[in-house]
Amino acid sequence: MSALAIEIPYWGQSLLRVLGGLVAVLLPAGTIVYVFLFKMMSFMQSRLGPMEAGPYGSLQLVAEVGKWLQKEDIVPTNADRRIFRMAPIVVLVSTFLLVAVVPFGPDAWFTDFETGIFYALAVSSVSVLGILMAGWASANKYSLLGGLRAAGQLIAYELPMVLAVVGVVIQAGTMNLQQIVVAQNSGSIFGFDGLGNPYVLTQFVGFLVFMVAMQAELSQAPFDMPIAESELVSGYMTEYSGFRFLIFFIGEFATAGVFAMIASTLFLGGWGLPFAWFGWDSVDSVANWMNVAGPVIVVTKMMAVTFLVMWVRFSSPRLREDQLQRFAWKVLIPLSLANIMVTAVFKVVA
Amino acid sequence: MSEFLRSFLTVAWFGLAAVLVAGLLLWVASVVRPVRPSGEKLLTYESGVDPVGEGWSQSHVRYYIFALLFVVFDVEAVFIFPWATRLEVYGLFGLVEMGVFVFVLLLGLVYAWRKRVLRWV
Repeated sequence: MSALAIEIPYWGQSLLRVLGGLVAVLLPAGTIVYVFLFKMMSFMQSRLGPMEAGPYGSLQLVAEVGKWLQKEDIVPTNADRRIFRMAPIVVLVSTFLLVAVVPFGPDAWFTDFETGIFYALAVSSVSVLGILMAGWASANKYSLLGGLRAAGQLIAYELPMVLAVVGVVIQAGTMNLQQIVVAQNSGSIFGFDGLGNPYVLTQFVGFLVFMVAMQAELSQAPFDMPIAESELVSGYMTEYSGFRFLIFFIGEFATAGVFAMIASTLFLGGWGLPFAWFGWDSVDSVANWMNVAGPVIVVTKMMAVTFLVMWVRFSSPRLREDQLQRFAWKVLIPLSLANIMVTAVFKVVA
Repeated sequence: MSEFLRSFLTVAWFGLAAVLVAGLLLWVASVVRPVRPSGEKLLTYESGVDPVGEGWSQSHVRYYIFALLFVVFDVEAVFIFPWATRLEVYGLFGLVEMGVFVFVLLLGLVYAWRKRVLRWV
């Protein structure tokens, strides 16, 4: 907080950060649900989607929350009550822990871990604990199968995701997300620095693997076997209703948003504009207005990445469970290992 | 307190904020929503049919072998990350060393593949 003219005490900073984190979780979730889930899906299926609540159905979300608010909170008699109630909260906590590493500007960050991306990969798997808890505690066959499938899917796709990130870490030489952003925006491609060096250009294979693994970790179609509504009746969410279901729902789309933010931080240059435009050379020389422009840039890139995720989701059929594991182990993992070695060779030789 | 520990404290605040938000949502809902439990309503859902047996049925955890493989490769990732950040310093030496390491692990994957454990049985 050095670039700001005023000195904010620690408790004030923490409060600002938590409020910022709340916005960074809830705003993308709402926007993604309205723009993509309500409107884009409808247009892709040649229908209008919600049109009644507000202009172009823009208040549909408020109506939905109102509907959920009136629903009874049903806990089945056979369920393991305490764990059943805790599960949605664990999923939401995982999302909040994940958003804590995303940098939004030169001084607008929540945490500045040296091992930021490693932390992100670690806490992203906490959500599957919540899902397993929900699946187990529901005492329902659909839920149990859904929870087990979710865990199997996470195991298969966590690895390609981790290995895809290694390519970026090799190029940037750091695991700190802030420094990865700086490295991309102050970089140059064959001496041309007008674009910076967004790693999507050099790490194209890594980006592709990361996006596929992200699709699977978020269990969006074609990787939505854990919630497969036609065979498992929404899997681990079968027994949930009312606001507990809403929390799962928020968690799902907020995590999609946060993962998209992390993807754009790693591969698309994050909050930065190419530093050459303004003659900046390090994070300290970046102008103060980037603290305001940064979040807008991050959200723009997040929407672009989420658009890709949702596009694939709405236009592809569900894979089978065995195809899912085979694809991860026989295609994605060898591919990302090859990507690591090629990147390393270029880094050392060039 | 050091900047490093403060970052972890921020993480703790974020976790707490998540619990508070969820708690607030559920509290608001509990004030507004109706509560009319009945035996049928609280039955386990099984597509409208009376549930057969209990929900905690025995099922085959099919990804058991995959989980073992996952542990191997995840530990590998722990080794690769520090190497990746210092590659410029290690140079050719580091490259060859990691090449050998990844090759040995790939052999493991190929072995599992040949042994046909990479199938969903």
